[in-house]
Amino acid sequence: MESQIKQRILIGVFIFIGFIYVIRLLMLQIFDDSYIRYAQNNVLQEQTIYPARGLVMDRTNDLLVYNDNIYDLFVTPEQVKNLDTNSFCDVIGITKDEFIARFERIKRQKGYAIYRPSIFEKQLTIKTYAKFQEMLFDFQGFYVDVRTDRKYKYSNAAHIMGYIGEVTEKMIENSDGYYRLGDFIGISGVERTYEKELGGIKGVRYVLVDSKSRSQGRYKSGEFDTAAVAGKKINLTIDQELQEFGETLMKNKIGSVVAIEPNTGEILSMISSPTYDPNLFVGRERGNHYMELLQDPTKPLFNRPIAAPYPPGSIFKVIMSLIGQQEKVLFPTTAYGCGGGFNYGGLHVGCHPHGSPLPLQSAIMVSCNAYFCHVYRTVVNNPKYRKVEDAYNKLYEHLASFGMGRKLGVDLYSEGTGFVPKATYYDKIYGRNRWQALTTISLGIGQGELGITPLQMANATALIANRGYFITPHIVKKIEGKKNPNPEYNVKHWCTVDTSYFPVVINGMEDVVNHGTAYIAKIPGITICGKTGTAQNPHGKDHSIFFAFAPKDNPKIAIAVVVENAGFGATWAAPIASLMIEQYLTKKHNTRPALVERMIKGNLIRKSIINDSATIKTSKN
Amino acid sequence: MTQQQLKPARIDWLTIMLYIVFVIGGLLCIYASVYKETNPYIYDMNMNYGKQLLWIVISAFIAMLILLVDEKLFYAFAYGFYGLTIILLLATFVIGTEIKGSSSWIRIGGFQIQPAEFAKFGVALALAKYLSGYNIDFKNWKVKAISFLIILLPMAIILLQNETGSALVFASFAIVLYREGLPGWLLVIGVLLIVLTIVALLLKPLYIIISLVVIASAFLFLVRRTQLLIFLTFGIVLFSSAYVSSIDYIFENVMQAHQRTRINVLLGKEVDLKGAGYNVQQSLIAIGSGGAFGKGYLEGTQNKFRFVPEQSTDFIFCTIGEEFGFLGSFIFITLYVILLWRLSIMAERQRSKFNRIYGYSLVGILFFHFLINIGMTLGLMPVIGIPLPFISYGGSALLSFTILLFIFIRLDANRVNELKNFE
Repeated sequence: MESQIKQRILIGVFIFIGFIYVIRLLMLQIFDDSYIRYAQNNVLQEQTIYPARGLVMDRTNDLLVYNDNIYDLFVTPEQVKNLDTNSFCDVIGITKDEFIARFERIKRQKGYAIYRPSIFEKQLTIKTYAKFQEMLFDFQGFYVDVRTDRKYKYSNAAHIMGYIGEVTEKMIENSDGYYRLGDFIGISGVERTYEKELGGIKGVRYVLVDSKSRSQGRYKSGEFDTAAVAGKKINLTIDQELQEFGETLMKNKIGSVVAIEPNTGEILSMISSPTYDPNLFVGRERGNHYMELLQDPTKPLFNRPIAAPYPPGSIFKVIMSLIGQQEKVLFPTTAYGCGGGFNYGGLHVGCHPHGSPLPLQSAIMVSCNAYFCHVYRTVVNNPKYRKVEDAYNKLYEHLASFGMGRKLGVDLYSEGTGFVPKATYYDKIYGRNRWQALTTISLGIGQGELGITPLQMANATALIANRGYFITPHIVKKIEGKKNPNPEYNVKHWCTVDTSYFPVVINGMEDVVNHGTAYIAKIPGITICGKTGTAQNPHGKDHSIFFAFAPKDNPKIAIAVVVENAGFGATWAAPIASLMIEQYLTKKHNTRPALVERMIKGNLIRKSIINDSATIKTSKN
Repeated sequence: MTQQQLKPARIDWLTIMLYIVFVIGGLLCIYASVYKETNPYIYDMNMNYGKQLLWIVISAFIAMLILLVDEKLFYAFAYGFYGLTIILLLATFVIGTEIKGSSSWIRIGGFQIQPAEFAKFGVALALAKYLSGYNIDFKNWKVKAISFLIILLPMAIILLQNETGSALVFASFAIVLYREGLPGWLLVIGVLLIVLTIVALLLKPLYIIISLVVIASAFLFLVRRTQLLIFLTFGIVLFSSAYVSSIDYIFENVMQAHQRTRINVLLGKEVDLKGAGYNVQQSLIAIGSGGAFGKGYLEGTQNKFRFVPEQSTDFIFCTIGEEFGFLGSFIFITLYVILLWRLSIMAERQRSKFNRIYGYSLVGILFFHFLINIGMTLGLMPVIGIPLPFISYGGSALLSFTILLFIFIRLDANRVNELKNFE
């Protein structure tokens, strides 16, 4: 009897355990679906398919930037077998010691595993790649992964194009997880501004992997995969020929050129000199080239046209002429005498010899300092306003409407504001109500604290060419598949000066070129309106400045040229502007070969180099 | 002994059918767990399941041999077998091959055998013979001591080989001893000790002792106090306190780091997804992702892509769970319980004490393996590396379980002719 009970107890225990296990299975397999997800996490690997980056062309559809294949060499240490190290090193072009060192380095890397591919050599040359492919079977465990990188057809426009580079941790954070470590992203220039369009959309491929992350084939035959969307084609507003020619002219000079189509705001050319070959930022030496350029005292990486502020010098007189008229303190007939300069209450601003007294148009032509000191004096000490401060604020408002002292909103990264002092700025220096026109008189002739970027100068020129409005300068003309890429770039920004005040000023600018200070810029058959500037600066020789537009009626190009520490505006800036205008309007630049040669041969860097680096330092402050 | 008419042997076909189902099913699971659709370059597909097939053929041959042999042979040579397994166990110290940190293997040709697997069967025979001997009464303390000695000797040797799992299997003989007269309260005490052990590992000994004292005081306060009761309660508290303290001491000072980790992971004190916890976690993922009806044969991604460690041996149940789902697992567990049930009935119906004790030994061993192995894959038992009988990959295990089972089938087949002549 007892044994029977014991047997029943035993069988009961067996059934009880079986029951418990079945309950446990029920919980795991039926009621808890998290294990299905875990299982998928285990075996599903997301692989990214990188889209081809968008092509970039100029305004005439000339291809500027395309993609080139890059060959990275990977090694899966576990699969390396019977490697002939000597011939391998020969093909790759490294020594045996380096080979060993390379492996040591790989082993120390984060995420290293013997069964996982690690990068062995970045960006093989195509020659090495070809040799390697031939011997692929001898090099078990090694393979080459093909990526694409940017390639620049011309060695120009580096600052406009910008460059791409690997994303930083911060960019990854800001991208909501779109970018992953090792992805490329536009770091500057158009590549940065139009990253979204050029970058395309990454695709995803789901692959089954085993416990050691080895691929085991597609997941559900690719049902959930998404294809990569290639980056869009972009047309720049740049005219490649003009850009190339301009860069040639600016060789061995420090400075900027900005050319704008006035009625559209399209930037036809934008030169930052010295420049560099954009292809330097491609390929395995990218990092080294970057460091070299970074250490160059002429600061080739600095994007001068949009970021460097210069005192505008005499070209500012044109702006003051317009504002003076609008403020009703200056009329075309207004005449001031000039006895070798501006003498007022013990203050003296020098001037060069010319006829006197002169009316407005002639004063612009001869660029009379005394005249424009008077204009500035009457604007700022205008009795219409209760206080000097109010009059000055009005001037500031006018200048802002010309796009000065603020960012214009160009579609390029690192645009500067330039510098137009506010009333409060002078309050700080002289004390409130303790300054007036004469205290700040140098502003009237574009000197003093004033800082205008070449882009702002060109924009102001375009505004004058348009007789009163500008369209925000921009660099991208067309984006594939987008009708109106940026509506902001269709808006006319009217300045605070009436259209009726422009003709006399424009006539003055015409005289400047026809028989004034910029006679050298005259081109038969093209009416150019311009103004030279010779900006004094505390860092050495004057900056040579010129701005102009042409033709006078229905203008097609507005241009601003700054050559640092080069002397008179007429010596360097005016001829360069003239040649570029001719090139753009006639597609020719061979009518004045001597001038072209003088420009190209002019080497102005050596003497100005030390001063220049100082200039940049202060202008950044 | 008089000459008698021998009745024809009656083989228990249900057991044999279950055996065949398990062995064939096991082979299919082993195949599934090493199966590769693509890259066959790292793992030779034929290796595990090919070898297992060979072992099945060998086992089948030996099983038939056992069925043909005179059953008196096992009785006659019981001590001989026991002695042989002890010698083999000892031999591993001299000619053993080290595999996965354990020196319990002997290499013969291309195969390795593990004497520890055969020791169970030696003990089963020896214990059965000893306890069925003339004038042997289990109530006698000397008989008890010798019985324990028969069990503990190979267990100790196996422990020395660092095969904790295989050694623990010998605890399953408690079931036999229970059937043969070991009082039930001893087993209950055993279970209580296990509970105390777990609590001791979970909490600091001081807390447990304080709680025990509080509980004992409350108990004595509530019931009618007799001198004996007070004395007994006091003794129990004292003993428990000493036991808990010693468990704590053993855990901290005697156990090796990896054993401590395993225990901590099992008790949920430590989450170690890279080490000991990884196995269990992956096992749960494989089984849990099987769902109601499984992913289909050869479709289990967790097994196929080797996320489950030891998937063809200790964690073979994962393949069943993942590829055949709840339905398959349920059927498997049911069949296993049916086998245990059937064998218990068969053991109980034996006329000879030798047969009965041997039968219960078999039941105990199979149950212990089932309890630990399935429980381990379900995260309910510690990760003790013991195989699932008849299913797991491993020649020694399969052969030893086959021999164990078929000797009993042979003994059972002839029970009609037994005249309790061994008693």
